[in-house]
Amino acid sequence: MNVQFRDRPEQASSVHAKTAIADCDIHPARATKTELYPYLAKRWHAHLETYDKHPYQGMMEGPPYPKAQPNASRRDAYPPEGGPQGSSLSFMQAQHLDPNNVVLGVLNPLATGQGIRNHDLSAAICSAINDWQIEKWTGKDSRLKGSVVVANEDGPAAAAEIRKRAGDKNFVQVLLLSRNVEPLGQRRYWPIYEAAEEVGLPVGVHAFGFGGNPITASGWPSYYIEEMVGHSQCQQTALASIVLEGVFERHPRLKMVMIEAGFGWAPSLSWRLDKSWQRLRSEVPHLKRPPSEYIRDHIFWTTQPMEDPERRDHLFELIDWIGWDKLLFATDYPHWDYDDPSRVLPAGVSDANREAFYLNNARKLYGLA
Amino acid sequence: MVRHVIAPVDELPPGTRKFLTIGERPIAVFNIKGEFFGLLNRCPHQGAALCEGPLIGLAQSSDPGEIEYTRQGEIIRCPWHGWEFDIRTGQSYCDPKRFRAKAYPVNVEPGSAVVKGPYVAETLAVSVQSDYVVVDL
Repeated sequence: MNVQFRDRPEQASSVHAKTAIADCDIHPARATKTELYPYLAKRWHAHLETYDKHPYQGMMEGPPYPKAQPNASRRDAYPPEGGPQGSSLSFMQAQHLDPNNVVLGVLNPLATGQGIRNHDLSAAICSAINDWQIEKWTGKDSRLKGSVVVANEDGPAAAAEIRKRAGDKNFVQVLLLSRNVEPLGQRRYWPIYEAAEEVGLPVGVHAFGFGGNPITASGWPSYYIEEMVGHSQCQQTALASIVLEGVFERHPRLKMVMIEAGFGWAPSLSWRLDKSWQRLRSEVPHLKRPPSEYIRDHIFWTTQPMEDPERRDHLFELIDWIGWDKLLFATDYPHWDYDDPSRVLPAGVSDANREAFYLNNARKLYGLA
Repeated sequence: MVRHVIAPVDELPPGTRKFLTIGERPIAVFNIKGEFFGLLNRCPHQGAALCEGPLIGLAQSSDPGEIEYTRQGEIIRCPWHGWEFDIRTGQSYCDPKRFRAKAYPVNVEPGSAVVKGPYVAETLAVSVQSDYVVVDL
């Protein structure tokens, strides 16, 4: 028997035989603070160095809660050439895309221009991030597809950015975050939905963001774990608002993706909405159908962090309600709460459903079938 | 069970860990304040390289408001999801019935014993003057 010494242990995930998958939530990062400068007007370089970004959040920098791992990311995902996790294409390929056989990876950049109070700066950084996605990622690896990042609080600027990217095959969706100044169905956000429908891109809503509100519906909690579970609460607010404001009546071809906020709550929110709608329909006469029908027809759900009930039949009942055609597998690479593709689905799933879950639903939704 | 000689004891001072693959198995051996521990470098939860995580202590509470921080450096925290395992037993703290990290006994043996066998040390030149770290698989 040979004893070998190695610098890095092999990832366990690379030893399994892999079927092709889509990963609908990958977070690309910048290696340096100035990496966006080539895509930003000079005036913003000086502005950032003098004033920095000023988010809709108190007078502080960084996320609203400290994260449990450095950069909220896997400790084994630092690229060998330096920089934070997720900032190197070659290491992302070697650690994740190749060994997990990711044939479609959807990029969701965070810490961009979204949630910044200076709307001109917000729009400039968002547009720079979109150029950067092409230059650094999607233009160099055809498996990767970008998300059009938009100035979420400035509807006209956001719509202009979406139209600017119309028809560009580097992008497969528009990206919003769940925390905004107002619930996401409000009319200040309508230009975003109008433009997205017009150019044929789904709108993804990823957990997180800066809106200036507490991260719960009842003030600021004490712990990061409360932010983690609070994402689903915030996402429910956003989704209820989108449905009840009639966004899908106005935009019947619009599809949306709920990203990283769970899906276990989808049936209970829908049941509660329907029950209230039966009693309060006359308040929202612009809705022509029970709220649950809009949710079933228009909403897709990424899986990570996967719901993990003790009994697998509970998971299957949940997915039966949502539909096996509505789930999009995601890992959240390189973030710390990453889901390994070989571990998320229990036994007992048909081949057709398994393939839909891991790949085919994403290909269909993102027009890559 | 086969005993594998993995390093001269001087190469693994306190506070260090060594990664190696024996057969198909990724292993890490730790020296914690002079005591040696071996773990399979694969988290039983989702398969991450468990032993790349930090060694932390155990925060526990006997009563609300009372927090004890003990076992410093004896709990390995997974680099992905932060699951905590006892380096001595491999026991998981949050779900000990379903998840246990695989622990391997590690000992220090004198060179004179190692030279005699039944140890496997094909890539090491073993000298009777040194002590060696030996892991049982």
